[in-house]
Amino acid sequence: MQNDPLIIAGREFKSRLWVGTGKYKDFAETKKAIEASGAEVVTVAVRRVNITDRSKENLLDYLDPKKYIILPNTAGCYNVEDALRYARLARAAGVSDLIKLEVLGDERTLFPDTAGLIEAARILVKEGFIVLPYTNDDPIVARKLVDVGCPAVMPLAAPIGSGLGIRNPYNLKIIMEMIKVPIIVDAGVGTASDAAFAMELGADAVLMNTAIAGAKDPIAMAEAMKYGVYAGRLAYKAGRIPRKLYATASSPIEGML
Amino acid sequence: MAETIQIQVNGEARDCLADATVGNLLRELAIKTERVAVELNLEILDRKDFDSRSLHAGDRLEILSFIGGGAPMGSHVRERGFVHAE
Repeated sequence: MQNDPLIIAGREFKSRLWVGTGKYKDFAETKKAIEASGAEVVTVAVRRVNITDRSKENLLDYLDPKKYIILPNTAGCYNVEDALRYARLARAAGVSDLIKLEVLGDERTLFPDTAGLIEAARILVKEGFIVLPYTNDDPIVARKLVDVGCPAVMPLAAPIGSGLGIRNPYNLKIIMEMIKVPIIVDAGVGTASDAAFAMELGADAVLMNTAIAGAKDPIAMAEAMKYGVYAGRLAYKAGRIPRKLYATASSPIEGML
Repeated sequence: MAETIQIQVNGEARDCLADATVGNLLRELAIKTERVAVELNLEILDRKDFDSRSLHAGDRLEILSFIGGGAPMGSHVRERGFVHAE
């Protein structure tokens, strides 16, 4: 599986595991975990620069821009207006037109406000952004996001940071069948088998943060996730056997005494 | 002694020279302009305009950059304000 790139809006992505950069102990740990994960796309948030203490280091000093694709997000935005503002600021800060669009609807679940999401996506696509929307596992919303010009959609597996794994594999499967752009399962995976499962279902990539950063050993978990995504992708391409209720012998009867 | 004016930078009051530009202020704060976004009274500035945009009393300036993030980190954007990186 050497040559198996993911292509979104004409851009080629080498790794099918995308990672967030929040919640780590320090930047050194962030860097090591990202390296261990083999991820190429890393998400970042846009926030005020600390102007009172300029000695503080910046995350981007640790991430080689030649090696990684920086994907800014609109995390923490609860309405369309804020999401647009943060997306535009992210672009002004000068990395690219890529934006992971989040419009959240509720602080406890961090579920997306899908009506606001579609509206914000429509506006940002018109402004030339490559909009990758964090959405619910709702096939109709996914289709509407594609209709307004999103070149990929990012449905959740479970609430952000919950580690519950894939709560609704059937909806994800319907999304994958219904829409023809890449699907990146974003949020909710807890361990490597969850990532493998997402890929076996036919996801084109998986994005995660907490499952790695919150593990007892984030660097080891990052490596586990790399293999989980890789194994799941291989299994998906290999084509699994159909499920049957009864046994089918693997050894021949012929030649028995 | 040159005249000073008061402006808001990232939500905090700050004095600067009356004829200062956005570029002057960024240099004074030792902020590298690469990977920084600047918003002046809600207008996002083009990097090439930093040295030509002068500051006026009461201006509200926001200076933002990228920090670690994936999932929201517990602190959320509220109203029309920003959350500090640290």
